[in-house]
Amino acid sequence: MSSQAVLNTGRPPAPRYVEDVIRAAVVLSMFWGVVAFLAGVVIAAQLVWPQLSFDSEYLTFGRLRPLHTSAAIFAFGGTALIGTAFHVVQRTCRARLFGGAPLGWFVLLGYQFFIVTAAAGYLLGITQSKEYAEPEWFVDLWLTIVWVAYLVAYLGTVLKREEPHIYVANWFYLAFIITIAGLHIVNNMAIPVSITGSKSYGAWSGVQDAMIQWWYGHNAVGFFLTAAFLGMMYYYIPKAANRPVYSYRLSIVHFWSLVFMYIWAGPHHLHYTSLPDWAQTLGMVFSVMLWMPSWGGMINGLMTLSGAWDKLRTDPGLRFSVTAVGFYGMATFEGPVMSIKAVNSLSHYTDWTIGHVHSGALGWVAFIVFGTLYYMVPKMWNRPAMWSTRLIGWHYWIATIGIVLYITAMWVSGIMQGLMWRAYDELGFLQYSFVETVAAMQPFYFIRFLGGVCFLTGGLLMAYNMWRTIRSEAVVTSARHQPALAA
Amino acid sequence: MTLEALGELLTSIWTIWAILVFAGIAFWAWRPKNRRRFEKDARIPLNDE
Repeated sequence: MSSQAVLNTGRPPAPRYVEDVIRAAVVLSMFWGVVAFLAGVVIAAQLVWPQLSFDSEYLTFGRLRPLHTSAAIFAFGGTALIGTAFHVVQRTCRARLFGGAPLGWFVLLGYQFFIVTAAAGYLLGITQSKEYAEPEWFVDLWLTIVWVAYLVAYLGTVLKREEPHIYVANWFYLAFIITIAGLHIVNNMAIPVSITGSKSYGAWSGVQDAMIQWWYGHNAVGFFLTAAFLGMMYYYIPKAANRPVYSYRLSIVHFWSLVFMYIWAGPHHLHYTSLPDWAQTLGMVFSVMLWMPSWGGMINGLMTLSGAWDKLRTDPGLRFSVTAVGFYGMATFEGPVMSIKAVNSLSHYTDWTIGHVHSGALGWVAFIVFGTLYYMVPKMWNRPAMWSTRLIGWHYWIATIGIVLYITAMWVSGIMQGLMWRAYDELGFLQYSFVETVAAMQPFYFIRFLGGVCFLTGGLLMAYNMWRTIRSEAVVTSARHQPALAA
Repeated sequence: MTLEALGELLTSIWTIWAILVFAGIAFWAWRPKNRRRFEKDARIPLNDE
């Protein structure tokens, strides 16, 4: 755990790392995870029982839905990424965080402030109405400052590294930080109505606005939800399995092919719109090509376990990470299929899309975070293991059943919805009214709600397990020089 | 040459440049000479504690 134990590197002890910030990020990420899952369960319940909005404008689906997506992606995922990025960059560069603890705290706490102001805005109805970019101009400006500080801390650490080579996980994290900075700034170009008011008007309009929005939206998927968590995969799976990554050369090609291709895939969100046809086809072709780097990365992650598969029996935390890579492979197979225009004509605007997003968000993103946090908590708090290994096993199975319920319900519901929309009778009239499709989906919405309840239950088990681990006694050994930190 | 034509020319050159850069990276990654160094680099996370 500590840098005191010098292995065969022949170097003097590395400086002590900044770790309090990382510990705080671990706890905050867990907290936001539970908030995000709870918000998801609430809005899933609202779709089954609409009266659950209680006729309050603050609790309508339209305001709670961005609360759920932002809590899941930016709060739960983003906080985990800030913590793990600082952990990975210090360890693999063998250098103390650039800017030290003050800059680290500024990034983490500044980001928390962004989350809270954004979430409060959603409930009050302050929104740009751009999907995944809902925060208004003043929140966007604050995030820009925090994000540049994040880049400075990360890049500064890489630049002062003692390790000559920049380990591949850092390439993924760095691509994430740089790309998100560019996406955020370009997509949020706006002019406020007044300096004291929250309302602004975007700089882009018409089809350009739509294209920039989905260039942003899809690359948020590509670089926030994919590249960054792949960085996590490339560090924490080798650590937990205690084996180097299956092929380092494949990881290099994986990285560069992913960043060269992802940036072009956005137009597949705008099939059959006023976006020029050539741009739609370009988006489709690049989305299909993305299948190759995605599966290359999946194979690399899974094969890291070759010769160590038995660890999956004894380490349920690692089971989360490996299952995550499996879901990554599944979601990145489904995505290219859905980007094909003929398939998209059926799937677009239906629940199939929601199911696809959640097989990525629950199966890949949340599971890789769970696996990583189960590895990190005992390490960072200097405990022998998690408080209860059995409870991790329970979490694993409850959450997996939850995902299966969720995505199968959405497949059936989405395909049914798409088929009902396009059904004609013998006279050429549309066979179903819109409200008939809504009524037909209700049973599947209930199954989805059950899946969400399972996933939330698993999250609560994890939070409890984490709390008990942190409250337990620290291990005192000479190899671990860090004093038992008051939890 | 108009600005539009220049833009199209640069777009084409950029595409070819991107392909060449990627081919270069792939060649560098799989060059037999680099095999040992990448095996060593893969162990960076494990040499840490």
